[in-house]
Amino acid sequence: MVLSNSPITFWAGYAKFKSNIRPSSRVSPPPSGPLPSVPIAVGCRSLVFELQHTVQLRSSVPPMADASAQQSSRSRDLDKLLLRPGHLVGPAFEPGTELRDDLQEYARILVVGAGGLGCELLKDLALSGFRNLEVIDMDRIEVSNLNRQFLFRLEDVGKPKAEVAAKRVMERVSGVNIVPHFCRIEEKELEFYSEFSIIVLGLDSIEARSYINAVACGFLEYDNNDNPREETMKPMVDGGTEGFKGHARVILPGTTPCFECTIWLFPPQVKFPLCTLAETPRTAAHCIEYAHLIKWDEAHIGKTFDPDNPEHMQWVYSEAAKRAELFGIPGVTYTLTQGVVKNIIPAIASTNAIISAACALETLKIASGCSKTLSNYLTYNGVEGLHTKVTEFVRDKDCLVCGPGIFIELDTSVTLKMFIDQLEDHPKLLMSGASVSYRGKNLYLKAPPVLEEMTRSNLSIPLLNLMDKSPNGIVHVTGTAGKGDKRQSCSRKLRVSFKGVGGITDTDMAGGA
Amino acid sequence: MIVVVCVVTFSTPSTFGCRSKLLYSLFFRKNLTACTNILLQRSRSLTMAEPKTKYDRQLRIWGEQGQSALEKASICLLNCGPTGSETLKNLVLGGIGSITVVDGSKVEIGDLGNNFMVSESSLGQPKAKCVCAFLQELNDAVKAKFIEEHPVTLIETNPSFFSQFTVVIATQLVEDSMVKLDRICRDANVMLIFARSYGLTGFVRISVKEHSVVESKPDHFLDDLRLNNPWPELKKFTESIDLDTKDRVAHKHTPYILILVKMANEWAKSHNGKLPTTREEKKEFKDLIKAKSVEPDEDNYKEAIEASFKVFAPQGISSNLKRILDDSCAEVDSSSSDFWVMVAALKEFIANEGGGEAPLEGSIPDMTSSTELYINLQKLYQAKAEADFLVVEQRVKDILKKIGRDPFSIPKSVIKSFCKNARKLTVCRYKPVEEEFNSPILPEMQKYLTDEEYSLAVGFYILLRAVDRFSANYNTFPGQFDGAMDEDISRLKTTAVSLLTDLGCNGSTLTEDLINEMCRYGAAELHAVAAYVGGVASQEVIKLITRQFVPMIGTFIFNGIDHKSQLLSL
Repeated sequence: MVLSNSPITFWAGYAKFKSNIRPSSRVSPPPSGPLPSVPIAVGCRSLVFELQHTVQLRSSVPPMADASAQQSSRSRDLDKLLLRPGHLVGPAFEPGTELRDDLQEYARILVVGAGGLGCELLKDLALSGFRNLEVIDMDRIEVSNLNRQFLFRLEDVGKPKAEVAAKRVMERVSGVNIVPHFCRIEEKELEFYSEFSIIVLGLDSIEARSYINAVACGFLEYDNNDNPREETMKPMVDGGTEGFKGHARVILPGTTPCFECTIWLFPPQVKFPLCTLAETPRTAAHCIEYAHLIKWDEAHIGKTFDPDNPEHMQWVYSEAAKRAELFGIPGVTYTLTQGVVKNIIPAIASTNAIISAACALETLKIASGCSKTLSNYLTYNGVEGLHTKVTEFVRDKDCLVCGPGIFIELDTSVTLKMFIDQLEDHPKLLMSGASVSYRGKNLYLKAPPVLEEMTRSNLSIPLLNLMDKSPNGIVHVTGTAGKGDKRQSCSRKLRVSFKGVGGITDTDMAGGA
Repeated sequence: MIVVVCVVTFSTPSTFGCRSKLLYSLFFRKNLTACTNILLQRSRSLTMAEPKTKYDRQLRIWGEQGQSALEKASICLLNCGPTGSETLKNLVLGGIGSITVVDGSKVEIGDLGNNFMVSESSLGQPKAKCVCAFLQELNDAVKAKFIEEHPVTLIETNPSFFSQFTVVIATQLVEDSMVKLDRICRDANVMLIFARSYGLTGFVRISVKEHSVVESKPDHFLDDLRLNNPWPELKKFTESIDLDTKDRVAHKHTPYILILVKMANEWAKSHNGKLPTTREEKKEFKDLIKAKSVEPDEDNYKEAIEASFKVFAPQGISSNLKRILDDSCAEVDSSSSDFWVMVAALKEFIANEGGGEAPLEGSIPDMTSSTELYINLQKLYQAKAEADFLVVEQRVKDILKKIGRDPFSIPKSVIKSFCKNARKLTVCRYKPVEEEFNSPILPEMQKYLTDEEYSLAVGFYILLRAVDRFSANYNTFPGQFDGAMDEDISRLKTTAVSLLTDLGCNGSTLTEDLINEMCRYGAAELHAVAAYVGGVASQEVIKLITRQFVPMIGTFIFNGIDHKSQLLSL
C-alpha cells in the first residue's frame, strides 16, 4: 500500500474535527426531505462507545450472531466483506457488525451531479451499505437523458434531477435516506460541504470539478512542519465518461494529487480562429460556428441565442447549411449543428455504469477500509478491445489549492506595504511587484493602474486588520519571482501567522476556495 | 476575438467527461458523409421525435445503423442477480429489441441488499418476473419477457431454446454449465458472453467463433493521405502549386498536404528516389520545410512540420491487414460470408490496381488552407476513393459469380463502407471455453504467473475456477457459511494446487493472502462489483451487436482490490 495514511483514520479524524469545531453546524434545514441530524459525532467510530444514544441505536439492528440469520439478512453479501477479517485490506480495517452499522448510521456521502453518473452512484452507494446520502444538481430532466439516466421516466421530463433521483432510490431501497439539493454547487455555504465524510463527483465540466476540489481542499490544514492534519482531510472520488471511455480517481487532499495538481491532464484547447470562420471555412463545424457565433448576433440584435430553443437551433442550422452550400462544404446536418453548438459529449449507459461502480466501490473502501484503495487514477477504454490502466500520479508540492503554502510569521504591526517588501527578501519567494489577495478579496493589485490606485490606500494598513484580525490565514500573492534571466510571473500560497495573537491553531476554512 | 475550441484527442491516461468546449472530434469524422435534407429531417422528426432525441447521445457514437442493429437484436439473460440485471439494464436503456430473462429463483431478503431491480414487495416472488417488470419500466420500446426456470435445467434439457437469440448473456454460471452452453451456442451460431461477479473479483468472457468488424472506429489511426506515394492526379495537382509564391495570402493558405507532397518529391529527386529515413535526414527534411516558411507564424508550415512523420511512414499495408488477407478464409467458396468475399476482392485489388495499397479512404483532416484549395483537395481524395471502390466492387461481383452466388448480393453501401475502412478491418476469434479450461496457452499462463502486474488478476483467474471445482466437490462455495472458514481455506488451497497441476503449471503457487481473500468473499455478489462487471459485459454486447468498435479478446478479470484488472489471453 502506497498511502501512508489509513483511509479509516481520515474518516474517524474527520469526526473529531467536526466535534471540535462545530457540534451542530447546519445553518438552515435543507429544502426538503427528513434530515437525519446526528446530534454530535458524525462518523466517528471511537466516539460511538462514548455516546449513550448510539448504543440504543445499535440495539435496534437485529443481531447477526448465527450463520442462518446472516444468510437471511438484507446485507447478506456485503457482510462477507465488512464482517470478516482479511489480509488484503486497508491498514485500519476493523471488521464487525459495528463497522457495518456505523457506515449506515454515521457515514454521510455527498453525490455531486444527478446525471448519468449521479443516478448510478446513488443506486450503487445505497446498495453498498450507506444510508445517509445527499445529492446536488441544478439541472432538470431532458428527453435525451433517458438513454442512460435510469432513474428518470418520460413523464419526469422537466422535473429537477436531484429530487426525482433521490425519490426513486428511496422508493426501492428501504432504510436509505437521500436529501436532494436542486441548486448550483456555488449556492451552498462551505459548511454544507464540510458535513460530509466523502464527496463523490459525477460531473461533466472542468469548472465544477475545480470548484468542489477547491472547497474540499480548503478544509485541509497543515501543521507547522507542513504535514497535512489527517482529521481535516476531505476525501473525494471523481468519475467522468465520454463514449466508451472513462476515468475514476481517488483524491485524498494532502496525500494524493488533487484535481488542480493534475489539471494538465486536460489537453490544451485548440481554437478555431475567427478568420477561419469568417474567411476560410473548410468544415461543416466552421459553417455552424459562423452561423452560431457571428451570423446570429448580426441578425438578432439584442436577442441572445438560446441553445434549448428549437427555433433558434433551426435558424443556426439553416444558416450553416446555406454557408456550406456557398462554399461547397459537405456534412452540415441538424444533429451536427446541435452537437457543435451545445457541445454535446456522447454518452452511454454502460460506461457510466462501469465508472460509477468503480467510484462507489472506492467510496466504500475509503469509508470502511475493507480493501485497498485505488492509487490513484483509473482509466477505462473500450473503443478497441478493453484497456484499463491504473496510474499513480504525484502531487504538485507547490499546488495552490492543496499544497501547504509557504509559512510566514509576522508581527502584528506589519503593514501590507511592509509585507510586500518582505516577499522580495524571503529566500523561498524572492518575489517583487506582488499583488495580494485574501479570501478572494484583492488587498493590493499592482496592475492595471486604475485598480492599483483603488487598492493603494491599503498599503499603509496593518495586514492583521486587512485579514479581519484573524490570527492566521491563507494569503495568495502573485508577482515576479526568480533571479536574473529566469524571472517569471508566478502565484504562491502563503500561510500567514501573527505572533502572539490568539491561541488557536491556524484554521482557515477558505484556504484554497 | 472569438475563441471557439475544437478537436481534442485524448491520450491515455486522461480525464474524461469534461464539457470543455467541443469534444466532438470523433463525431465530425463520422458525419461527413451524412446527407442534408431538411424535408426528410422534418417529416422524421414528427413521427420519430422521441426515439431520436432519447437516443441522441448514443446515436452520436454508433449512428442509425448501429441503433437499428440493437433494435433488431434479441437477448437472453441467464440468472438475474445483480450482475445479470445490471447488464440488461444498460442494454434496455439503449433500446435493445427484446429481452428474455431466465431465472428459477424467488426473491429473498438478501437480494434486496444487492439488486436494485427487486424491492420489498417482490419478496417471495419469481426473481425473473420482478426484474423483468422493472426493466420494462425503463423503456417501453423493448419487448421484455421472463421464464421462471433454472438456466442449468434449460441447458440440460432444452438446448434448442437458445437458437432463437442474437446474444445469450450467461451470468453466475459454474464451469460445467459454461462448457455445455458454449457448445450449444456455437452450434447454433448464437453469440455468447459470460459474466460473473464474485466478491471483489469477477470475469467477462466472450465466446463467438468469429466476429468480423468493418467499422472498428479506432481512436488513433494514421490517416490515409499518400503523401509519400501520391497517385497521378494528386501529383499533378501538387505540381500546379508554387510554394515560393510571392502572394503572402496564398503562401500561408497552402494546405500542408500539398507542401509535404511537394517537399517529399523534391527530396526523393535529390536522394536517389529515397525518402528520409535516419534521424538526421528527418531533421533536415523538417528544416527544409521551415526554410520555406516566409513569416514566422504561418500555421500551415507549422502543421506541415508536425505532420512530416506521415511522409516517413512506411508505404503499403499494415501487418494486421496482411494477416487477414493471408487468412485461409480469404480463399472463398460458396459458403463464405460476405465479409470474406470482400476480403478476397480486397486482396486482389491490393495485388493489382492498388499497387500494394488498400483502397483510399477518401477523407482528409482539417488543416489551415484556403477554402478553395481544401475543397478541391477533398474532391480529389473522394474521387480517388470512389474509383478504388468501383474496382473493388467489380472484383466482388466477379468473385460472387465465380463461387456461384448472385453477383449483386452484397449491397453497394456495404462494399463502400468496407473499402473506406479497409485498413482498419478486424477479425476476432474466440476459442471454446472448454479448450481454454482444459488446455490454456501454457507459456502465457506462466508469463502471467510470474509478472507482478498480473499477479492478482491471474490469481483470481485460478481461484475463480478453483471455487467451481470446490463447489462441485463440497456442494457449497468456500466461505459461504461462517462456521467452516479454516477448513474451507485449506480445502480451497488444495483445490487450487491440483488445478494448477492439471493445467501443467506444477510448482506455481498462489499466495495464502489471496486464498484467504477468496474464502472471505464466500461467493458474495456485491452490488458495486456486479454493476462494474455487468457494465463491461453490456458494453461488449453493444460492440458485438452493432458490429462497430472492437470487442475485447481474452478473459477479462476484474480486480476490485487495486483495480489492476487484466485481460488474459489463454
